[in-house]
Amino acid sequence: MKTLVIAEHNSENLSAATLSVIDAAKKLGRDIDLLVANNSCSSVLDEAKSVEGVSSVLDFSHEKFANEIAEDIAACVVSVKDDYDFFLTSSSTSGKNNLPRVAALLNIQQISEVTEILDEKTFKKPIYAGSCIATVQSTQEKNALTIRTTSFEKANAAGGSAEVITKDVPETESRKSGFVKNELTVSDRPELTSADIVVSGGRGMQNGENFALLEAVATKLNAAVGASRAAVDSGFVPNDYQVGQTGKSVAPNLYIAVGISGAIQHLAGMKDSKTIVAINKDEEAPIFKVADYGLVADLFEALPDLESKL
Amino acid sequence: MKILIPIKRVNDYNVKVRPNQANTDVDLSNVKMAMNPFCEIAVEEAIRLKEAGKADEIVVVTIGDDKHQEQLRTALALGADRALLVKTDTTLQPLDVAKTLTKVFEKEAADLVIMGKVGIDGDHNQTGQMFAALTNLPQATFASEVEIDGNNVQVTREIDGGLETLTAEMPAVITTDLRLNEPRYASLPNIMKAKRKPLEELSLEELGVVVETKVNTLKVESPPERQEGVKVETVDQLVDKLRNEAKVI
Repeated sequence: MKTLVIAEHNSENLSAATLSVIDAAKKLGRDIDLLVANNSCSSVLDEAKSVEGVSSVLDFSHEKFANEIAEDIAACVVSVKDDYDFFLTSSSTSGKNNLPRVAALLNIQQISEVTEILDEKTFKKPIYAGSCIATVQSTQEKNALTIRTTSFEKANAAGGSAEVITKDVPETESRKSGFVKNELTVSDRPELTSADIVVSGGRGMQNGENFALLEAVATKLNAAVGASRAAVDSGFVPNDYQVGQTGKSVAPNLYIAVGISGAIQHLAGMKDSKTIVAINKDEEAPIFKVADYGLVADLFEALPDLESKL
Repeated sequence: MKILIPIKRVNDYNVKVRPNQANTDVDLSNVKMAMNPFCEIAVEEAIRLKEAGKADEIVVVTIGDDKHQEQLRTALALGADRALLVKTDTTLQPLDVAKTLTKVFEKEAADLVIMGKVGIDGDHNQTGQMFAALTNLPQATFASEVEIDGNNVQVTREIDGGLETLTAEMPAVITTDLRLNEPRYASLPNIMKAKRKPLEELSLEELGVVVETKVNTLKVESPPERQEGVKVETVDQLVDKLRNEAKVI
């Protein structure tokens, strides 16, 4: 039996998240195949076969994969189910959308957001937004895991020479949904959940215009910009900036929290960051309890100062 | 049009949940419980569709012991028409929840199912997608906008890179994200009125669901505590620490 990794890509490049999933897959000690559902994306297939540790690339090519519909992806996975006893993908919005559909069709209880693989049946995963860590053990022969990519390294993008196998794309007869449009955030910045550095603002930013101060620092650091729920609820920035229990979980190398008090819901989404900086004028703010470096200062002075020194 | 809203009873989102002393599970003994925030958004969306004349009936359903009536009554006070409690003392995992909901869906023949994208307890984010698979319905997860257009529903989804819009033929399954709406509070008269709304009890046996625990929890621990770091006095010191000590910039 082998491990099947469902690849994520943007029709041009394989996503960095997929490299992390392949790293996680190696810990299961099986041959790893990579399923690439695509619309004749040769550059993605080239990248896929070059990843170190991949045995075969399953090329499911069809024009319907210009966009990704969970029903179609699930049908591809189910069509090759007999060769695999592990089905892995990342816990991105794409992985979260697709894998439970696959798992249910295969009568598998999926394990979500795996942060550690202890053995082939035993895994660690955060629960209650990271307030607790559960060690869970599967009694199933086949397992489906979404991988929290920030907890794993990335497999080498080069050095592999996998065989590309062309697969027949199953008809999804009962497909009743269709793609209408994408409105992807146009930004030169890295994506929030995969960025190396994140600069986040909270209620202390006072309004949306002041986020320009954060943006300036983020630009210097090539960082993503995030926000606390308080900032989102106050309408300073859109909801997709939100880091925390009900928003996105991030674990960058450097997380700079500016004007964020550090409510439980926010800490839950960022406390696995490697280095945390807090800038807040209230020295009692709970954020300082998790910060490696705390600066008690007025952010309206500190941010321009910081920007000028980077 | 009939809308089915599965809801979940979880810890109040303001409460920090800790492991029990034996590290076998979380300790919920004195924790305030509430409707999962994403389920509140699902209930709100259904009420708005009804207020807009697009839906006729809203049925809420949950699975659990008698205490789960509280959350059903909350949903009724908010504007749901009737409630179903699938009674069990067993805590079901998402696949079993999806199987149970499949049976409820077959019984109710709803035109649209709206549910929270994730429970803030187990953080699974599975049930809606699994339910859609088992019922062979189209799924539109992480919704930030829902528009009914004849027999179709158009859903804008929050994805990692921004927004994606899908259209699906009803019946369809929608899971809610934060941006979809801001749930209302129940008014006192409506809380009183909710006590007289119908709440029907069902059992897993009569629905024909056999629960199989396929994943066991061996241990529940607190995450490693972060050491409180140091305070720096100036931006210069901060930049120096980040460059030369942490080496992250």
